[in-house]
Amino acid sequence: MNVLEIVIVSLIKIIVVVSIMLVMVAYLVYFERKISAWAQNRIGPNRVGWHGALQPFADLLKLVLKEDIVPVNADRKIHAIAPIIALLVALSTYAVIPFGPDLEIAGFTIPLLVADVNIGVLFILALTSLGVYAITLAGWSSGSKYSLLGGVRSAAQMISYEVSMGFSIAGVLLFAESLRPVAIVESQYGWMWNAIVQPIGFITFVVSAFAETNRLPFDLPEAEPELVGGFHTEYSSMKFAGFFLAEYANMIIASAFIVTLYLGGWQIPYIQELNLAPVLETLLCVGAFVFKMVAVLFFFLWVRWSLPRFRYDQLMNLGWKVMFPLSLINVVWVAALIMIFG
Amino acid sequence: METKTKRRRIKDLSFWEKIYIPEIVKGLSLTLRTMFKPKFTMEYPEVKFDPPGSYRGRPVLVEEENGVERCVACGLCSRVCPALAIEVQAAETELEKERYPEKFEINMIRCIFCGFCEEVCPEEAIVMSKDYELAFTNRDEAIYGKDKLLVPVNELQDRIDFLRQYK
Repeated sequence: MNVLEIVIVSLIKIIVVVSIMLVMVAYLVYFERKISAWAQNRIGPNRVGWHGALQPFADLLKLVLKEDIVPVNADRKIHAIAPIIALLVALSTYAVIPFGPDLEIAGFTIPLLVADVNIGVLFILALTSLGVYAITLAGWSSGSKYSLLGGVRSAAQMISYEVSMGFSIAGVLLFAESLRPVAIVESQYGWMWNAIVQPIGFITFVVSAFAETNRLPFDLPEAEPELVGGFHTEYSSMKFAGFFLAEYANMIIASAFIVTLYLGGWQIPYIQELNLAPVLETLLCVGAFVFKMVAVLFFFLWVRWSLPRFRYDQLMNLGWKVMFPLSLINVVWVAALIMIFG
Repeated sequence: METKTKRRRIKDLSFWEKIYIPEIVKGLSLTLRTMFKPKFTMEYPEVKFDPPGSYRGRPVLVEEENGVERCVACGLCSRVCPALAIEVQAAETELEKERYPEKFEINMIRCIFCGFCEEVCPEEAIVMSKDYELAFTNRDEAIYGKDKLLVPVNELQDRIDFLRQYK
């Protein structure tokens, strides 16, 4: 394929991925409201459109029409930049996550990920670390006590859980011997998904993912009874929408990452034996990826409405004294498995 | 009565209770089960709440079968109303009762739905109905005259039965 074809195919992939992800973020908000309602014996939004399915657009319209308030003590430039950083991080990590095997149409073999980077996993880790900047800058630049406390707490929380996240990923990398997400997915053939081979690593990674995305039970930085709204107290209208979208986009990335690293990516066990046409097989695998991602997202939403929130000292205790040693034990376990089974 | 359950310290928890996972599983299963149970929400305005007889809705004047109100314009309801919402103007009439209310106005914005007017009325002429749907767009619209207050007696039977039995 010459350069022009590569550019066109990449552009098409970018447009498809970004638009699907934006729509998914909007509908994740809708499903969060519906599922939280069902878990509380009530019906969620059901007036706008069929069963309330157009509710995200109503929300978006409301946020666009609101007045943009900036507090007097705020540092205006940084106050405006913080949601942009959050959205930048949230939307650019989609580039390296594979959502299907190679698609073979009309003689072209198209890998189903926007950028097949050699260091994909490291790219995602680096970008999520940048996400800490967004929250810290938001907390500091708002010029209010609650925001500062929320921002600082959130930064400390995210940094603490990045350690155990990194070590859990180290366990996966030992297995796959590569940082490419495609190689990691392909190393989990058959039933040997990483969730089954490295259960401790799976648990520590999932818990760290909850903490990274500031999601209950780790959502003290934005808890209303404690901090009024944490780092996004002083944000309104589109800047708030930026943070809001970034949080849900982060959730989607976290679940896509969990599926890629631990749940076998787009693989369906033993689908090779059915000998289907390649295009159909690819579509089924993409469907499997989406299904697994939706299942993990449902788990994120389900946990939010079932567990109480951690207090800040309990949270830091858990991150450093429990998750970190467990992830180290996980690395030792994986190394032992590799030594024994080769 | 001296039995007070001792507060368990963190050291007293068993291993499974300390790692908290069984509690997490119990919480998650409760939430999941609740998601599939029927919901209690009444979807207004398709389904409206029908209150029982004891409900105190807006006050209405009882209209007998022959189209005449029972009210004799004694003015007791107006005197007892804590919010000063009722205004009565009496006048002579040819019927058997001595007086009738020429003007009977309740200011629904002032009304606090306490039911004192219904309790004090000697003729059972003003009762609290079941109506709760009151929305106005300006203050003048909220002053209800006799035309909006007269309700036939057969619609108010629930409330009258409740009053006779309990009050």
